[in-house]
Amino acid sequence: MKADPKGVLTGAIFLDGDHACAEGAIAAGCRFVAGYPITPSTEVVERIADRFPLIGGMFIQMEDEIASSIAIQGAVWGGKKAMTVTSGPGFSLMMEHIGLAAMTEVPCVFVDVQRGGPSTGLPTLPGQGDMMQARWGSHGDYGIIALCPNSPQECFDFTIKAFNLSEQYRVPVLLMMDECVGHMTERVIIPPADQIELYPRRYYDGPKEEFLLFKPDKDMVPPIVKAGDGYNIHVTGLTHDEKGYPAMTVPAQEKLVRRLIDKIKLNADKIVEYKEEQVEGADVVVVTYGITSRVAIPAIEQARAEGMKVGHLRLIVAWPFPEKRIKELASKVKAFVVPEINYGQMVLEVERHVAGKARVELVGHGGGAVHNPKDIYNVIKNSVKG
Amino acid sequence: MARTEIKIGGFGGQGVILSGYIIGRAASIFDTKHATMIQAFGPEARGSACSSQVIVSAEEIAYPYLTSPQIMIVMSQEAYTKFTPELAQGGILITEEELVQTHNLRKDLKHFSIPATRFAEELGKKMVLNIVMMGFATAVTGFVDPEAMRKAVTASVPKGTEELNLSAFNKGYEYGVKEKAKLN
Repeated sequence: MKADPKGVLTGAIFLDGDHACAEGAIAAGCRFVAGYPITPSTEVVERIADRFPLIGGMFIQMEDEIASSIAIQGAVWGGKKAMTVTSGPGFSLMMEHIGLAAMTEVPCVFVDVQRGGPSTGLPTLPGQGDMMQARWGSHGDYGIIALCPNSPQECFDFTIKAFNLSEQYRVPVLLMMDECVGHMTERVIIPPADQIELYPRRYYDGPKEEFLLFKPDKDMVPPIVKAGDGYNIHVTGLTHDEKGYPAMTVPAQEKLVRRLIDKIKLNADKIVEYKEEQVEGADVVVVTYGITSRVAIPAIEQARAEGMKVGHLRLIVAWPFPEKRIKELASKVKAFVVPEINYGQMVLEVERHVAGKARVELVGHGGGAVHNPKDIYNVIKNSVKG
Repeated sequence: MARTEIKIGGFGGQGVILSGYIIGRAASIFDTKHATMIQAFGPEARGSACSSQVIVSAEEIAYPYLTSPQIMIVMSQEAYTKFTPELAQGGILITEEELVQTHNLRKDLKHFSIPATRFAEELGKKMVLNIVMMGFATAVTGFVDPEAMRKAVTASVPKGTEELNLSAFNKGYEYGVKEKAKLN
């Protein structure tokens, strides 16, 4: 389906990443946002609070992030598209409810504008230290999707993509921005509404008496209904059967939790997205995501100018991770270089799939700034030597 | 045009960030170039020496921060002291004549100054000093097309102040054209 033209600011706008995220949510049809302000994500909700009254949306500044992350799920059961926005400390508080959204298959979007951590850390400065938390932060096992934009344009585009993926797979989707991308201002092209493709909510349309809230379709994703439509529904974070009723048995757990994982894992080929550049024939492949995918470019270009064969693989979707592609490349290249603004998170995933077939070099950074491209260049240079 | 890095410094409230925004918007929305703006964020944006950084380029901009600014526009003494050392060898320094004493000025720099506050006061609003500076900088550096700058000024200032701001821009621009001519 196409986007509702109401609220879509078609045109070229000079916009920061946070505001672009807000516009992306509006274009995606999001009409409920709950949040608790936290630097560097506050501008997202400021813009939402400013814009929503004009287009019939509802923004609530909640008492905290715990409340925000559950309010959006209530809104989804009430039939809205919903999002919450935060940064590191708030993201930590939201973890339990990310698990609830995964367990009860609530299509919604969590935005984390990453800053330096741990704890309160560096509120106004960038970090990429929440990447493993995005995958594993809530207790128990579940599948998740996380996207990494590197520009205000992508903050707009990927917010829409996040909503679409959440609807398609009935899963919470995490938009992993960072302070640099959030506070950077660039040209953002907002297309006309009829050129914005949205994945419609998968409402049940079968016979009412046969409806089961958690009975999956062939792609392992169950259709949904909303409260007030006359279906007797029960939603619980307890392990439940297809009807949604608590079923705390080993077989029920196996059936449900395996499906929560498999609906992402077995659909990974459709979800995984990355951009490659000069990867074929490369001696070294630089694996990047988010702002680091831009910061690495001068380093890669300098190395190439000196005759080194360097490829660039940039994750657009960080979770699920492009396991197959990394495995394939592992037997073709000498080394992978992974710059990230943390002391080694996604690099662990690269190492896991390379499985010793090539060297894997982290270019770590504690946060508070992006890398100096020279530091990335030096590691590339040493890796090419072998 | 290759990558041009511009830094604007002043104290919070002078319109340092709006100035950066206008340059970026002019280049990327009202002209066909790419622009990335990063603003000072934190306490300095609300009082002390504050800055905004803009990169303008014909090509896509990868690294988003300044590495060696070729142009610096300075509207306070503190900003002059703090930021001028970063200016690239042979770079262009643009100062507000009455707010900035350019002592120990580096010999390699091309320096232009303008009594922008006085011009702004003559126009009736001291507030538009940053827009006078923008007009002046456009004339002496040619970093962005002047028409695109005028459009960006008009589109970015509060409603009802467009004419005042355009006059401010033009005042600075005309002064800049004259100052530049003196060099030739």
